[in-house]
Amino acid sequence: MYDIILDFTGNEILSMFISAALPLFMFILPFALVAVLAERKVSAFMQDRLGPTRVGPKGLLQTVADILKLFQKEDIVASNADKKLFNLAPILVFAGSFAVFAAIPFSGAYIGTFADVGIFFVVAISSLVVAGILMAGWASNNKYSLLGAVRSAAQIISYEIPTALVILSLVMLAGTLNLYELTEMQTEYFWNWYIFGGPATGIQKILLIPFMIVGFIILYISTLAEVNRTPFDIPEAESELVAGYHTEYSGMKFAIFFLAEYANMFAVSAIVATLFFGGFQSPFGYLGDLFGVEWLIPIEQFGWFTVKGLFFVFVQMWLRWTLPRLRVDQLMTMCWKYMIPYAFVNLIIIGIISLI
Amino acid sequence: MAIKTEEMVLNMGPQHPSTHGVLRLELKLDGELITGVTPHIGYLHRCFEKHCEAMTYPQVVPYTDRMDYLAAMYNNFGYVTAVEKLMGIEVPERVEYIRIIMGELQRIASHMVAVGTYGLDIGAFTPFLYLFRDREKILSLFEKTCGARLLYNYMWIGGVSHDLHPDFLRLTKEFIDYFRPNIKELNNLLTFNKIFIERTANVGILPADVAVNYGMTGPNLRASGIKYDLRKDEPYSIYDRFDFDVPIGDGRHGTIGDCWDRYYMRVLEMEESLKIIEQAIEQIPDGDVHSAIPKRIKPPAGSIYHRVENPRGELGYFIISDGSLNPFRVKVRPPSFVSLELMDELCKGHLVADVVAILGSIDIVLGEVDR
Amino acid sequence: MKTPEEIFELLKNKFGEEHITFTNDQAGDPYVTVAPEKFRAAAVYLSRDAEMKFDSLMLLSGVDDANGEKSKDENENEIITGGTLSVYYNLFSLELRHKVTVRVSVPRENPEIESITDIWRTADWHEREAYDMFGIIFKNHPDLRRILMPYDWDAGYPLRKDYQNPEFYHGMKVPY
Repeated sequence: MYDIILDFTGNEILSMFISAALPLFMFILPFALVAVLAERKVSAFMQDRLGPTRVGPKGLLQTVADILKLFQKEDIVASNADKKLFNLAPILVFAGSFAVFAAIPFSGAYIGTFADVGIFFVVAISSLVVAGILMAGWASNNKYSLLGAVRSAAQIISYEIPTALVILSLVMLAGTLNLYELTEMQTEYFWNWYIFGGPATGIQKILLIPFMIVGFIILYISTLAEVNRTPFDIPEAESELVAGYHTEYSGMKFAIFFLAEYANMFAVSAIVATLFFGGFQSPFGYLGDLFGVEWLIPIEQFGWFTVKGLFFVFVQMWLRWTLPRLRVDQLMTMCWKYMIPYAFVNLIIIGIISLI
Repeated sequence: MAIKTEEMVLNMGPQHPSTHGVLRLELKLDGELITGVTPHIGYLHRCFEKHCEAMTYPQVVPYTDRMDYLAAMYNNFGYVTAVEKLMGIEVPERVEYIRIIMGELQRIASHMVAVGTYGLDIGAFTPFLYLFRDREKILSLFEKTCGARLLYNYMWIGGVSHDLHPDFLRLTKEFIDYFRPNIKELNNLLTFNKIFIERTANVGILPADVAVNYGMTGPNLRASGIKYDLRKDEPYSIYDRFDFDVPIGDGRHGTIGDCWDRYYMRVLEMEESLKIIEQAIEQIPDGDVHSAIPKRIKPPAGSIYHRVENPRGELGYFIISDGSLNPFRVKVRPPSFVSLELMDELCKGHLVADVVAILGSIDIVLGEVDR
Repeated sequence: MKTPEEIFELLKNKFGEEHITFTNDQAGDPYVTVAPEKFRAAAVYLSRDAEMKFDSLMLLSGVDDANGEKSKDENENEIITGGTLSVYYNLFSLELRHKVTVRVSVPRENPEIESITDIWRTADWHEREAYDMFGIIFKNHPDLRRILMPYDWDAGYPLRKDYQNPEFYHGMKVPY
């Protein structure tokens, strides 16, 4: 993608900017628009309601109306807030969740960067969100915000460990950190996906499958916790902390937090899809190959990637509208007493199997 | 350098999503650990008792609606039976049955809100909406009977304002058949959910002796293992004619008297209320609902304390009459007011998240606390 | 299980006829009137004695008896001087299932009653409410503040029969 834009503009820096901003405008913003509406419609369906119906046909323009409303809202900064940090925090949170997309391969033809440290970069840069959330909580000068921020920081940092351990076991197996290469390994058919043992063959593959499924479950749960979704939405637990770290935010700054949340939701879903479900790879060949139409393949790949990502986003919503919320100590217990040991054991076993 | 730590005081409310109204809880926190809770009430104080002194007896009835607005029928019930007892009025059979049906429907509706909002406090949104969907059906039944959906002014001293709608009994039967399976669905979705049990079992344990000493009544007392229900133990109206159980807490998932028990009592009571309504529909006689309404309501001088089993516990009316048309003094014993006193006792040593769980489990209505 | 008459007899025998009287000539519940100086002892007796075991205080209500001398002030507002304020205690025994109503009357000008919060903890808020509404002072109450009215309400006690609304509260007009 970068090369095409470079040909077009002839300016390296400009084309870099454009290729970096592309996923934002091409994907994340439209996704957030759709996802917010989808969340409402999904929840309405699950709760025997109709959801938004008034704005546009069947309420399709509801999010647009919401965004227009948020644009018009007064930007309130509490008088005792630390103004610089208060204004910086949403940007930092959004930057953190947006930067993740740089390393995610959307399709064979489009990836923000082919960096060899791909997945490592993703894990590292998503921690920026913690800094932003802590900043927001502290700068708001509100006790609910502070409690929410502290909870959030503790939660995200704790759950990064099982995430990293599962990712480590995959990286060990694949021998690469590059997400594009990781995806390429899972090519052709769905039994090459890592959830089914990846490209390994024979006894090794059969041995790997159960541990891969365990790894997937651990990864999915801990990513849920990392994006603060139910049942781990304690940082913004409505019934306890009003709205957690973004209690004091209004207007566009609130919208940015909101956008970051949805971007994050998709980011972790995309990572899960890329690591375990073949990323942009089709489960059973391409139409493009069948008809010999070369240019169709990247589009199909993008389609598959979106479908997989959206499916996991849907599962997140599904869980949100079904499960109650854990308590903060139970959350920590679950992480440190169950998920981390399991992830460790899983890592060791996968290591041993890969030596066979 | 020594690190200086201090207690944080967190004002939960008066505007807060889960204080169930305008209640302010002053939480003293050590980190997330609660070291003390001071409830501040009175934000909704509307001088009910002062008003009563300026009203005639029948005029007080609509004001009772507005105390516990989730169980308005039952508040009417308590007040009118108290005045009837003071005046020695015998109401017709049909009125008794209508009152029981309405009261028990109201109990179900009130428990639906209690259970649903409790799920909401714990973070489960969906059961809340399922229950509200079903509650609408009860409210529609009430609307069919007296035209109001929330504040009914339905029970009058000596009778009820309207006779039942011709379709009422059939629709109520239909509702019972519709709602029974939904309780099972609720149990599957929320009651026996692992996370829900983790959040509520062994939280806010209320031992039986403390509960009695603090004057706890209703489901909250029964959850502590004391089988005491005014409908059974001191039958008023015609409750002695019906066959129903009084569920008590058994500490199935934790200790007796924890939040889960208190929650589960309400689920079980909904089923018992359905039983009572079914029997009442079978037995209800014909008759005139207005025949016993006195022309002039002027109780003899004297005082009476009459109590009924409101969905939230023992609702008592202490009425002093000086023989005139206006009550000399009306004092209410609101069950929520008494339950709320326990917050400090129950919350100490728990986490912030548990305050919400405990507050939801004792099921308060601030309109009644503040009157 | 005991009737109020039996309870009255027992109380009379224990505390003396001059301190305990019984009223049952009115409609409704009969009640036992206990002199304020004996009330605390009577409460302990009622809650602890094996024959009584009143473990639950259903309700505590303050009442303005309005039996003093009524006069008018310069604005034609009624003032009551003298007479009594009363507190009614509705007691119940969960174990023995009997009830009794106890009344304690104290002079309007100096309404002081011993607190019973240590016997029945539920009395805590009820006593605060009686203080809030009638100005009855409960001695040895752990935390006798207003409860339903604002903490800084200084216009008197609203449920007294001669209560007058203040003109203003914090600059806001009260009668609207």
